[in-house]
Parts: sequence; C-alpha cells; structure tokens
Amino acid sequence: MPADAKIRWGELEEDDGGDLDFLLPPRVVIGPDENGFKKTIEYRFDDDGNKVKVTTTTRVRKLARARLSKAAVERRSWGKFGDAASGDDASARLTVVSTEEILLERPRAPGSKADEPSASGDPLAMASKGGAVLMVCRTCGKKGDHWTSKCPYKDLAPPTDASDTPPTSDGPAALGGPAKGSYVAPRLRAGAVHTDAGHDMRRRNDENSVRVTNLSEDTREPDLLELFRTFGAVSRVYVAVDQKTGMSRGFGFVNFVHREDAEKAISKLNGYGYDNLILHVEMAAPRPT
Amino acid sequence: MRPILMKGHERPLTFLKYNRDGDLLFSCAKDHTPTVWYADNGDRLGTYRGHNGAVWSCDVSRHSTRLITGSADQTAKLWDVKTGKELFTFRFDAPARSVDLAIGDHLAVITTDSFMGNMPTAQVKRIAEDLQDQTEESALVISGITGRINRAVWGPGNRTIITAGEDATIRIWDSETGKLLKESDKEVGHQKAISSLSKSLDWSHFLTGSLDKSAKLWDARTLTLIKTYVTERPVNAVDISPTLDHVVIGGGQDAMNVTMTDRRAGKFEAKFFHKILEEEIGGVKGHFGPINALAFNPDGRSFSSGGEDGYVRLHHFDPEYFNIKM
Repeated sequence: MPADAKIRWGELEEDDGGDLDFLLPPRVVIGPDENGFKKTIEYRFDDDGNKVKVTTTTRVRKLARARLSKAAVERRSWGKFGDAASGDDASARLTVVSTEEILLERPRAPGSKADEPSASGDPLAMASKGGAVLMVCRTCGKKGDHWTSKCPYKDLAPPTDASDTPPTSDGPAALGGPAKGSYVAPRLRAGAVHTDAGHDMRRRNDENSVRVTNLSEDTREPDLLELFRTFGAVSRVYVAVDQKTGMSRGFGFVNFVHREDAEKAISKLNGYGYDNLILHVEMAAPRPT
Repeated sequence: MRPILMKGHERPLTFLKYNRDGDLLFSCAKDHTPTVWYADNGDRLGTYRGHNGAVWSCDVSRHSTRLITGSADQTAKLWDVKTGKELFTFRFDAPARSVDLAIGDHLAVITTDSFMGNMPTAQVKRIAEDLQDQTEESALVISGITGRINRAVWGPGNRTIITAGEDATIRIWDSETGKLLKESDKEVGHQKAISSLSKSLDWSHFLTGSLDKSAKLWDARTLTLIKTYVTERPVNAVDISPTLDHVVIGGGQDAMNVTMTDRRAGKFEAKFFHKILEEEIGGVKGHFGPINALAFNPDGRSFSSGGEDGYVRLHHFDPEYFNIKM
C-alpha cells in the first residue's frame, strides 16, 4: 500500500477504515448552466468531527464589459488580507446581489407630458375627488393651469419646505399649523390638503387591483405599465418574479386609481393576445385581512 | 439595475473612494477598519486594521499602491494597499477628518477638528517615496477657521487648497504660503454647514453639498457660483459623473429622526441631476438610512453609495441610463 500512493476507494473498507476517515470526497463543481447557476459540492468536518456536505449554488453573471488596465488585471490576483483573509466572506453573505430590481426613478416618465404627477410624490394625493380638475396649484390655488412645482408665483408665496410633496416632519408646518414641536398626525398637518381624499382612495385602491395572468415569461413591469396606462392612471404595477431565475412567473397585478378604469381595462384586455399568449385579466380577490 | 449590497461595516459609512483605474473601491465607516472591495463584483479584497476610532475619509495614490486614512483616534495612517500593512502614522492632537493627496502623491492635506481648546486646522504633510525618510512634520498649517473643516482638497495644479466646513463658507488658500486667497460669497453661498465636496475630473470645478438642502457647483479658480441643485433634504454626499453631465446628490433627514417617520418620508435616495440644466434626472432608492457617501466609478458606468445603515450599495447602470434625454 505505501508504495502505491493513490488510495483506492474500493479498498478503504477492507483496510482499517477508521484511520482513513479523514479523507473527504473531492470538490465537485457543476455548471454554470445556461441560467448561470453554478453548483459547488464540498465536504468538510464540522466542530463535532462529523462529515458535512456543503452545497453552494452561485449565480455567475457578466455585469459589464470591463476594460481593465494592466495594473488592474494584476490586482485581480492579489491575495486577500485583513479580515477578508479568512475567506468565509461568501458563506457570511457579505456581498449579495439585491433581489429587488431598482430603477432610476424618473421624476416623470420619459416621453410623457410634463403635467403627469411626479413619481416622487404620491400620485393619489394629487388626484382630487370625483375626477374633477386634477391639476391644482397649492401655491397660488389656481386650478387646471399648472402644478405647484411649475407655479410662476412660487417666489411670491411664503416659503414652505414641502413644495410638491406631502410635508414631512422635518419641514416646518406651513401656513397656520399648530405650535411647532407638538405632534400632529400626518393627515391633520397643514399643507396636506388632499390627505382625506387620499386616505379614502388608498383604501379603495386596494379594490382597484387587477390580476393579470398568462403573461409571457419575459414580460416586465414597464411592459405591463405600457399596456395598461392607456386605460387610466395606474398607481402600481407588479409582476411576480422568480427569485432564482429572474424570469416572470406569469402573473402580475395592476392597480388603478379609479375603478372605472380598472373595469374598462378588464373588458378590453381580457382575452387579448399579448406576446403570443392570451391574457386573462380579472379583478383581484381582495387581500385577506 | 440590481445593486450589489456589501455588508462589511458594522457602523454607518462615512466615505467612499474609487482608485483611478476604477477596479477598487475603498470604504470608510465609523467602525475602525477601512475596507477595500473589487468594484465590479463587490468581493471584499481586504481590510486595514490598526485604527482605534471612526475613520472619516481616505485617499488612494494614483497607482493604487498607498492608502491614507484620517480617523477620530487623532491619527492619519499610511497603508500598503496590497497587503493592508500599516506603513506610517501621523499623530495629531485632535481627530483627523479629511485627507486628500495632491497630484503626484508627494503631499497630503489633512484636517483636524477643534478639540480640547484647539482650533481646527488643515495641515500639509510631505509623503516620502521612501518610508525611511517619512516624517511627521507639517509643511504648512492653515488655521483661523471657526467650526469644523469637513473637507479640504487640493486645487488645480496643487497651487491652492480648498476648504469647506461647518461655517458654510468655502475658502481657497495658497498652498505655498497658507495665505487666504478667496472666500465664497455669503449671499449666494451655502446657508448651513457644508458636508461634502467633490472635484470634477479636470479639477476645473467642484461640487459642494450642504445641510441647507442644496448642492452648489463652483469654479475652482475664481470661486464663482456656477449652478445650484435644490433638493428637499439635507445633503450629506455629492459626486460628479466623470463621463456624463450628471451629478449625484445623497442625503436624508438626520439619523436621529429616522425612526420617527416613514421610510418614504426620509427620502434616502441618491438623486441624479443634470449638471447644466439643474433639472432632476431621477432617484435611486434602497438605503434604510441617510446616504453618507457617494462615489462615481471613474469609468462612469457604475456608482456606489454608503449609508447610515452600514451598507455599501454598488450600482451598475442600466444601458438606458446612458440614453436619457432631457
């Protein structure tokens, strides 16, 4: 046996197997497959001396075409040092890719008209009751001419911190608010003109949720928004996404500001052929409370 | 885009810095260990152990061989970037806050806070090529400023030093004599403490962020105000895009008030503005606390933000970002 340095697995049992228990099966790397998933199977001993199988699934992605300088390429091969030298960064999940898709949120959607409610503000707060004139300037009180942020009389108005968004605690209460320092419920704060309506709508809004099923796999939220916005103001679009593959799971929700718009969308889009599949659109079942 | 979340720090981030090639990202936090990451995939390369207090800022030499850090433990330290070895310690009698290396990496300007009756100062140290020759002596000490100096950087051609801080005034000093050359206009300048300062790639202009909820773009030679970007929250961090006419501004309400309000009200977004049109391009959300540090990758294709929440978020821009039309 000593002459033959290579240990045969078949002989392990016959030899004094107890002594050879320190041997671990070799590391196995499977993949990466077409989705970029790489599976690494390793074996190690835990603190109690038991053999443990560790399966690590990692996703390999090409983030950007990087042109690296010579020095940068050399730095790639540097050894880790300091706290990183122990090498358990991966298992400690020190660096993770966000599961959430973060978009650069435009103050207004590209290509849309300037008078659309800004993405940073609550679009519901902007919409007044009963679909009357939506555009009200809070600085000069003019209806239907411009938004607060575009008010030509902005400079004349008393300075308020909350120019086009609902006031926050760090903005001093504008125009005759109660004494500073005492707590004021957000909907009672000065400047929160539409909050009562907004509150109602937000509750009602849950009922204006439209469920869309049989979506094709590569449908994304912007696509759905593009499809549904023609029927009226959309407050939320959500597409269920598989966390692992990043592919759509084939259904999503669209919330409308107004119920009529939701109904209109259902009547038009249910059975509509979209991306070689036939959409199924219905009112979403109310969320169990 | 799907940001990469780097959770290497236990305490709020204070500063982020890319090296010139844009392949390494250095992060400083209130915990005591500055950390270096690969800027493409966010893998941790190493940490620099040795400080005994919050690390406020850092700078890296042009060839990414040396790192200098300023810490609240009243020292600034020189490090070997590759191994994490501590090379030299500059001791002060007050916490060191801002560090900046001059072109050529032979000089560094380090600011110290006011502490135990000492006035805040900005001190110029020589950085010797050979460690044997390295001394602690200051080549120049600038003092006479009231209020903390939050940032001191070298002006164009190393001829000047630009300081900005709590007294809301930007000052330009002669880097040879230490004479005050220019002071920003009180009327058009910031109204509250300046929290951050970032130079453009060609050093011709720089951007300051202030707690007065605005960021301002200044000419680095004449100190004339060029542009103002107004947001609705205090600004803690700013940076200028190296490739596009964009600036990014981050901040948020005071950390102490965060728990009292809704996350959305905190506005912990990195806001992009068009540098010339002063118009908002968009916001990138994600942090659960104010943004304390922002940095563009020198290639302009990614940026990272560090927050009070202890996370560094590394964002690689979507292709659409480069086609935004105003």
